Amino acid sequence: MKEVVEVLAKALVDQPDQVIVAQHTTEKTVHIQLSVAPEDMGKVIGKQGKIANAIRSIVKAAAVKDGRRVIVDIDQ
Amino acid sequence: MKVAEKTARTLEEAIEACLNELGVKRDQVSIEVLDEPGKKGLFGLFGSRLAKVKVSYQDDPGSLACEFLTNLTRAMSVTADFEVFRRAEHVTINITGTDLGILIGRRGDTLESIQFLTNLAVSKMISDKTRIIIDVEGYRKRREETLVKLAKRLADKVKKTGNRIILEPMSPQERRIIHTALQNEWRISTFSEGEEPHRRVVISLKRHNKDVS
Repeated sequence: MKEVVEVLAKALVDQPDQVIVAQHTTEKTVHIQLSVAPEDMGKVIGKQGKIANAIRSIVKAAAVKDGRRVIVDIDQ
Repeated sequence: MKVAEKTARTLEEAIEACLNELGVKRDQVSIEVLDEPGKKGLFGLFGSRLAKVKVSYQDDPGSLACEFLTNLTRAMSVTADFEVFRRAEHVTINITGTDLGILIGRRGDTLESIQFLTNLAVSKMISDKTRIIIDVEGYRKRREETLVKLAKRLADKVKKTGNRIILEPMSPQERRIIHTALQNEWRISTFSEGEEPHRRVVISLKRHNKDVS
């Protein structure tokens, strides 16, 4: 799951080397934390969270087979 | 965009040297001649000027998009191939493979997201504003046919009963397909109401008290 967020985030930001993705998996949920350079926040969130929501919807699709709930958080 | 600048005896040689440096073919680049190899000076005394060219290579949106999609599908553990159709104003990429349902999602939600992010990622890499349309196993085409059929059927129902019908929320593109499908139905009018992302198409009878001259 983590890889999906990583691929997407790296393609969208100006500083791909500052993209860090952490994943925490429990029985029922996968918690993914994405952090990017402060200047790149807008690039992964977008107007009214449009980009963030697109990222979430793709990650959710990838997680369908897995059966777990996915939460994607973005922080600096 | 990558640029190379070379000087050589002839234009051909200079261009060739640039292409070698960039590692691309001639039909992928634009060539600008900075200095023509001049004719021999008077009696050959002044020697000849050298040819100098600037070759710039613009990555094309189609291949960049494929690169992005390859990485994405690999991360999603989906095996997929890509067919690229380049048109004047847009590039269509059809993703083919087996078990691609997860790339489409409910009513194409996932596909919309993938298309949206691909456009963002590609426009970040090049200045070219070519629109990229992504399809999975001809899903968009099938969906369009379904929507047109649905629109016609509902329009008939409205004509019969006189009651308006409100459709379920759709994306702007999908609403447009409905509007377009019914624009020549003279007794029917269509419009959208509600706010995104819950905007819905309404199909109703045209009012009769308005005389159309």
